[in-house]
Amino acid sequence: MTDRSLIPASTYGNALLRALKSFGLLRESIVGMIGAGLILFWIIVAIFAPLIAPYPPNATIAPFVMPWSTGPDGEFFLLGTDMIGRDILSRIIWGSRTVLLYAPLATLAAYVVGIAMGLAAGYLRGRADDILSRIGDIILSFPVLVLYILIIATIGSSGINIVIAITFASAPGIMRIVRGLVLDLRNRDYVAAAQTRGESSWHIMLVEILPNARGPLIVDACLRLGYVIITIGVLGFLGLGLPPPDPDWGGMINETRSMALAFPHMTVFPCIAISSLILGFNLLADGLREISLRD
Amino acid sequence: MLIFVGKRIGFMILTMVVVSILLFLLLEITPGNVATKVLGPYSSEEQRNLWLEAHGYFEPFYVRYFAWLGNFASGDFGDSVRFKVPVADILWPRLGNTAILGIATFAVMIPLSLILGVLAGMREGSKLDRSISIVSIVTTSVPEFASAVLITAVLVFWLHLLPGTSTMSDGFDILQLILPALVLIIYDFGYVTRMTRASMAEVMTTQYVRTAILKGLPYRRVVMRHALRNALIAPFTVIMLQINWLLSGVIVVEFFFAYKGFGALLLEASLNQDIYLIEACAMVAVFVAVATQTIADVGYTYLNPRIRFS
Amino acid sequence: MDAETPLLEIEDLCLSYYTRAGEIPAVIDFSLSLKAGESVGLVGESGCGKSTVAMGIMRYMGNNGDIVGGSIRFKGRDMASLSTKELRQLRGSEIAMVYQEPMAALNPSLKIETQLIEVPMCHEGISASEARKRAIEILEDVRLPDAEMMLKKYPHQLSGGQQQRVVIAMALLSSPALLLLDEPTTALDVTVEAGIVELIADLSKKYGTALLYISHNLGLILEVCDRVCVMYSGEVIEEGSIKEVFDKPRHPYTHGLFDCIPLPSADKNARPLVPIRGQLPLPHERPKGCNFGPRCDHFEAGLCDAKNIPLEPIDAGASGHQGRCVRWRDVRWGEEKPEATVPAAAASDERGEEVLHVENMQKYYPVHDRSIGAFISRKGVRYVKANETLTFSARRQETVAIVGESGCGKSTFAKVLMGLETATDGKIRFNGHEIGNQSVHDRTPSQLGSLQMVFQNPNDTLNPSISVGGHIARVIRKFGVESDPDKVQERVYKLLDLVKLPRDFATRRPRQLSGGQKQRVGIARAFAGNPAMVVADEPVSALDVSVQAAVTELLMDIQREHGTTLLFISHDLSVVRYLADRIIVMYLGQIMESGTTDEIFSPPYHPYTEALLSAIPIADPHVTKRHIVLEGALPSVLDPPKGCPFNTRCPKKLGDICEREMPPVQKPTEGHGIACHIPLEELRKAEAVIKAAS
Repeated sequence: MTDRSLIPASTYGNALLRALKSFGLLRESIVGMIGAGLILFWIIVAIFAPLIAPYPPNATIAPFVMPWSTGPDGEFFLLGTDMIGRDILSRIIWGSRTVLLYAPLATLAAYVVGIAMGLAAGYLRGRADDILSRIGDIILSFPVLVLYILIIATIGSSGINIVIAITFASAPGIMRIVRGLVLDLRNRDYVAAAQTRGESSWHIMLVEILPNARGPLIVDACLRLGYVIITIGVLGFLGLGLPPPDPDWGGMINETRSMALAFPHMTVFPCIAISSLILGFNLLADGLREISLRD
Repeated sequence: MLIFVGKRIGFMILTMVVVSILLFLLLEITPGNVATKVLGPYSSEEQRNLWLEAHGYFEPFYVRYFAWLGNFASGDFGDSVRFKVPVADILWPRLGNTAILGIATFAVMIPLSLILGVLAGMREGSKLDRSISIVSIVTTSVPEFASAVLITAVLVFWLHLLPGTSTMSDGFDILQLILPALVLIIYDFGYVTRMTRASMAEVMTTQYVRTAILKGLPYRRVVMRHALRNALIAPFTVIMLQINWLLSGVIVVEFFFAYKGFGALLLEASLNQDIYLIEACAMVAVFVAVATQTIADVGYTYLNPRIRFS
Repeated sequence: MDAETPLLEIEDLCLSYYTRAGEIPAVIDFSLSLKAGESVGLVGESGCGKSTVAMGIMRYMGNNGDIVGGSIRFKGRDMASLSTKELRQLRGSEIAMVYQEPMAALNPSLKIETQLIEVPMCHEGISASEARKRAIEILEDVRLPDAEMMLKKYPHQLSGGQQQRVVIAMALLSSPALLLLDEPTTALDVTVEAGIVELIADLSKKYGTALLYISHNLGLILEVCDRVCVMYSGEVIEEGSIKEVFDKPRHPYTHGLFDCIPLPSADKNARPLVPIRGQLPLPHERPKGCNFGPRCDHFEAGLCDAKNIPLEPIDAGASGHQGRCVRWRDVRWGEEKPEATVPAAAASDERGEEVLHVENMQKYYPVHDRSIGAFISRKGVRYVKANETLTFSARRQETVAIVGESGCGKSTFAKVLMGLETATDGKIRFNGHEIGNQSVHDRTPSQLGSLQMVFQNPNDTLNPSISVGGHIARVIRKFGVESDPDKVQERVYKLLDLVKLPRDFATRRPRQLSGGQKQRVGIARAFAGNPAMVVADEPVSALDVSVQAAVTELLMDIQREHGTTLLFISHDLSVVRYLADRIIVMYLGQIMESGTTDEIFSPPYHPYTEALLSAIPIADPHVTKRHIVLEGALPSVLDPPKGCPFNTRCPKKLGDICEREMPPVQKPTEGHGIACHIPLEELRKAEAVIKAAS
């Protein structure tokens, strides 16, 4: 065995192993398993969308077809079609791609910014902490949706702008959590040990502190993912989401809700789709928390 | 304590000032854009310059900001481009409508979620606890727009129990209030319930609750006197912060039910680039949010003797 | 109930916890009988089940615990037959409890008054005003001054000692017949502990209350109890009167326990510590037969590990002395004194040049007071004087101990020395370099490597996400000892050998290690850079006694081998006596007394040292000591007393001069210094605090 296998491998190589193991632990939480199952289902749907979807998402085939029935040319529509004749099932399937692309992307971006801010505020303290915390307080004092509307109304609505808006609005919240964890962890003796051997602040923040904050952060990330999905849905619903015609669950609900009186299927199915995915993340977060509390 | 309150209020004012500067920067930094937004895209260069001249837009930036701030403080928010009336004339009635909606929501949601949370947290792991937890996690997972659709489908279209829109155009109607409030309650109560439950469950495992039990106190007294007070400190903050969340929620709900409230107004203003209306709405929204946060902070310290007497 | 019926009779009690891993028996076949007014000590190391017994008696096992077998009879009534209501009436009025952490045991959001008066109001139905009267009486009984004021306060406004007195008052309010005390002084400072222990002994006599005193400290048991029950891994392994168990322990574990407790009455040469090897078995990994088997020197395969071993009477059993050992007749107790493994102590002249020299070192922390009052009086910044004019030195291969209670500034000094903080004033010379105002970032790798630290809390000392080998290897490379991977690897193994850990521990995670093993890794890490000096901040205080001895011995061995200077920070004078050449006694940031170990332990004493020595619980019935109990609580470091910091609690206070002037340092001998106004001749007249009775 060499030094390399002794240190970095045991730190990072085993990390993968341990991550797998903790997913194994998930088996002990039924709630967490259901959540993971729902998420996995949508991930598979998103990946294989071109194979699963019976029709192209934007093809106008036959309007106002009810679920479980056939159109004028004998096409079968499991969930029916909307008022301009697009297959609802196909649009839901393709729409999962949009959600599962932008939600994790936005969450990840928010985490990168939030963690950087939180580490700086919590570990370096002093002026940096004061300034970052004040900025965070101000951003957080906006009602979230007001902030999104203001940002999107100003910079326009597009996928990337949604990611930017979510990052901007969520990073301070993540910063608060990270800062709190860092304030606790920085007083540990192993951090003092690292300091007494003259480690750089980078090393201490990234090696000694951050990895040990991962537990609560993973749970928070799951919850936040659920919330980001809601946000993307709400923006779509308010007409501030991705520009049409590409399918987006929130947008689908907005487009069809005036038809809801006569054709509830147009709105109800996308509602179920988005709710099930959010439920998946919330259940997973709950399961993970339950497991982490038990150890 | 007084100093603490003073500090919090000072911070609140500071936040408002910073927000106002940000808003002003965001919306009025380039006068040309303002003129285009106010006079419409088909106005001529000359018209815009005349308008800018008349409204003092050729002054330096900071002069304009202070003039704007002064007007703002005295209640003059400018005229709405879309409604062609002073902003204040539409803002206050709309805010009143939203306040009614908010109060109705809170009046049901807070007692409901506190009771459920305490019941669940009191005996962690019991059947009641599990069912309450599952229900609250499911309801929080359904976004407001989705639950609005689903509830409307059931109550309005199937059962014909309630009106599907809540414009309140023919005066106040309690029936029209039910659906919007219901949607908000369903989305929000789960969160408060879970927070209360977590806090209660934690308190029930503390050593001082054990002490109270081993002192031989009746269970009722252990819960009511020893656990509850400590357990409600954390949810209090959560509840106050819900007002901030509610402001987001009302936008969706008012939009969906065509309720003539503040949230719908803000959305409409943003979509139409009605800048004076946006400014006023955003400032009001932030004010409400910051004010409730201040109350939450002050209340938290008041509830917690460890902070109050240190 | 006649006089012969025991107050409490426990028979074959079995208590279990249920976890994911299944049922974990915490207490197995526990039997005990307790007469009215008697006090019995329950002693054992962490995880032996002693606290669970107390909870079992209260029939309070939490969500995941249960009483699996056996019976508890209180005043002749079977506790299992009681209804919930009857049980509730019993709790708090007939059986009361005092807890380990008084701060956690008191409700933070209720006033002391509410928490006290509800007890008699609930149990006896008396009025609030009558209950209040009783509360005041009882608060005076527990020697809390100004009871009226005390009632109006919230728990966090009291000191730890005061809180524990309130908890004791709460327990005694309904004059219970039985008082359960679960480590009531463990969370307190040693001089405060002495006061509480004395109070408990006095009150139990006054009220005729029977005591079940749970502690890990045999010395405390000796001071309070008539009988003692020793537990190991869920079982009682020996039981008897104090005299029998302390004089003639007849179980190898009890015997071993006495051998590994440092006694302030003896030093390392007279009575070396003999650690018990191995570690406590986890509850689900208990061996077959005798639980102590794998750690026992008298283990005999086929006999000790054959079947469960019953508790049997020792020496005809008339006195009730019992032990759980099949070989107690065969073992030759007390004759197998291990040979002193300690080579004749490194004589002081062998010590080399001065490694560390501290002169008038000061460390102040500014505290910003932003209240309006402070703003007006322009006293916005106050200072916590954590260290005030520290002066001492340490030589090569010497062990210098800094002793003091919490808040005395000993840890702050360590921080300054390590460069985590910089000194406000004064000089610290280390290896000829001034380091007092050099923070870690200004120190060279070799400077850093030559001054390393061992930390207090084993659960905190290692980064949970880095393997054991990773910890040590990082230090080796950081200080440039080795850089070639194979050589680093080799050195990691050498260091693991040095701290007597198996080499395959290199790949383990910290959480797979026991507390003692983690501390060993911490020691290996500190010595990885070949340091000239190691600072050990309470390295063993969080460990169990049987493990403590092993780690202490290890630290001393390595230090001797490497010729390292050791700065040992501790609150425990008895441990210090074993390993220190010189001792520095600190109080509120200042040095009260310094000198060689012998000088500190014999007159003349500083009055504080005297009190500190008197407060140490000694697990040896043949030692007598003078009782000096300090009044009052430790003053706050924010607002230390003027003049001599000890003047508020000093039993020998002269008068005004102590409140006005800093005491001069008097030198009875060249290396011995006492900071006190009392003339030396007067101090010399003091008798030795600890005396071995012949």
